Amino acid sequence: MLRLNDVKKSFTEPDGTRLPVLDIPSFQVAAAEQMVLVGRSGCGKTTLLHVIAGISRADSGVVEVNGCDLAKLPEAGRDRFRADNIGYVFQTFNLLAGFSALENVLLGMSFARGKASVERAAALLQRVGLSHRLTHKPAMLSVGEQQRVAVARALANRPKLLLADEPTANVDSRNQQQIIDLVRETCVEEQVALVLVTHTAEVAEQFDRVERLDEFNQAVASV
Amino acid sequence: MSLWKIAWRSMQQRALASWLTGLSMALGVALVVSVLVIHSVVDDTFRRTAQGYDLIVGAKGGGLQLVLNTVFHLSRPINNIPYSYYKEFTEDDHHRGKYARFIKLAIPYCLGDSYEGYRVVGTTPRMFDEFEYARDRKYEFAEGRNFKHENFFEGVIGSLVARQTGLKVGDEFNPTHGVTDDKVGHKHDAFTVVGILAPTGTPNDRALFVNMEGFYLLEKHAKDPPAKGSGHSHDDHAHDEHEHEHDHDGSAHGEHGGDSHDDHKHAHGHGHAHGPRKPLPENQREVTAILLRTRLLDDPVAAMGLPNAINDEPLVQAVTPAREILTLFDSIVGNLRLLLLVLAVLVVVVAGIGVMVSIYNSMNDRRRDIAIMRSLGARRSTVMVVILLESILLSVGGGVAGVVVGHATMGLISPWIVSQTGVAIGIFQFHWMELALVPSLVALATVVGFLPATTAYSTDVAKALSLAP
Repeated sequence: MLRLNDVKKSFTEPDGTRLPVLDIPSFQVAAAEQMVLVGRSGCGKTTLLHVIAGISRADSGVVEVNGCDLAKLPEAGRDRFRADNIGYVFQTFNLLAGFSALENVLLGMSFARGKASVERAAALLQRVGLSHRLTHKPAMLSVGEQQRVAVARALANRPKLLLADEPTANVDSRNQQQIIDLVRETCVEEQVALVLVTHTAEVAEQFDRVERLDEFNQAVASV
Repeated sequence: MSLWKIAWRSMQQRALASWLTGLSMALGVALVVSVLVIHSVVDDTFRRTAQGYDLIVGAKGGGLQLVLNTVFHLSRPINNIPYSYYKEFTEDDHHRGKYARFIKLAIPYCLGDSYEGYRVVGTTPRMFDEFEYARDRKYEFAEGRNFKHENFFEGVIGSLVARQTGLKVGDEFNPTHGVTDDKVGHKHDAFTVVGILAPTGTPNDRALFVNMEGFYLLEKHAKDPPAKGSGHSHDDHAHDEHEHEHDHDGSAHGEHGGDSHDDHKHAHGHGHAHGPRKPLPENQREVTAILLRTRLLDDPVAAMGLPNAINDEPLVQAVTPAREILTLFDSIVGNLRLLLLVLAVLVVVVAGIGVMVSIYNSMNDRRRDIAIMRSLGARRSTVMVVILLESILLSVGGGVAGVVVGHATMGLISPWIVSQTGVAIGIFQFHWMELALVPSLVALATVVGFLPATTAYSTDVAKALSLAP
């Protein structure tokens, strides 16, 4: 499902020097596999997710998702591919404040090839336990509810891969477990591979596969 | 979810700024609509009114002043011309004026008096029996009837005059000497209102028309008689006889037999005794203008040469009202309208810049929203289009509101405009250029939306996502 090979990514410092952020010889995730990425702050977890999602482009290497090398696609192609194949759950939910819960999920469908389906969006919100909150704006939802809307939105286009960037960092412990359970269950139901970044040991220990990015990312390991 | 809806939601999110921006656009467009409609109606009214007359004959001088004064009841009255000129355009069993064969209808106009600021016109009943306004419309009476030739002190009034002064059929009014608005001038003898004209949408709605025979008998309306023995005077006198044989019925005839200087003095000496008074002799009469309908179709070549022939006369000129109005509008009013239109369009452009500033200022706050859409798979061009659509919604929405506001304003102030000018502007009076407003606003919105749209286009997604929500 996901294969990274010799992926390098660096940023330009204000003084013009290059700062290596990612140097990953090899990394793979199988279809419908669920795994956790951990690592200290600044080890490149979010950058790696951005590269996998095609939000950022790797300087070199292969970033293959569902058989498509994103590194070879132009930006518009990566955008379209992301809309069709990759779901993304953010630490800060990133719901649009002016849109209702239902509209936020529909927005996730608006940029993909398939037609936005109100039925599908409503069913997803029902699945995450928010059928009574369809018309509520984010400000009217609790933190846990907002993250559940974000999960529903990430799954709206039936992606092959779900990237979750510390999805429980901003929720309390009770909601934390509910969110993790929800993400894992829905990924199983939708046959979606999951790459979840977390700092929380209780979350990480629930997964069979846990990878430490600061160990296999040579840009960080060599520092 | 359509991009339109996404743009609409963005506008809703910044409701106050969006409303204010849309309002400024609405006011600008309302101004454009007002200029277009008012000018269109005024232009149409002037041209249509001017078309009702083929030629106007009056004293030599400014042709435009003659038209404004005669047809539109504007400007200062020009000099009078001898009554004998009027006779040259008429014919009866005993007399045929030298231009009569080209003329279908000649209506004399005597000006110089007013009533409560409205012009009083001395004329003949044929003005309303036979003459048409705006080329093919007969005058109709909302109340009462036309005045009769034999009843010297009868008159009819325009619809607006009736509404504004409260004069009714059967009421009397005293014209004031002069055409100023003050009401302290010398008051003439009273005329009785026998009819109120139905609205015509022409300046005649704000005029009073009285029997020319009575008008002549008012103080200071008779010119001094010519010295005795003058051949011209004799001719005039003879014409007078024939004219009245032609125009008067039996009762007027009897009174008319002894036209003379003495009769005239007698008439002035008994200013309030209307019934038995005798007409003013022709050699003491003058007219301000003569309205003509020509036989253009019967003898086109001759009729077209008529103005030149009249202009060769020593004292008079002939003008074509339609041509004078065309010149006026093309040379002065048209430029004024263009100036107003340019100013109004500038207001719209400024409102458009307001749209740009409003959206551009919001871009900083929306950078994260744009990044979220991009992370969901929206392309750069897609978020750019969303911003352009928002600009179009604000501009066109404001513009459509402006069209409504513009026409509603026209409807609201229409009664005032009618009372001031006699020109009626309806709430649903449209100008074809309004059709160009929507595409123009879309073009303007695209131009002014381009800068913020470019900002959206160039948003760094990874960096914007790292911003605190």
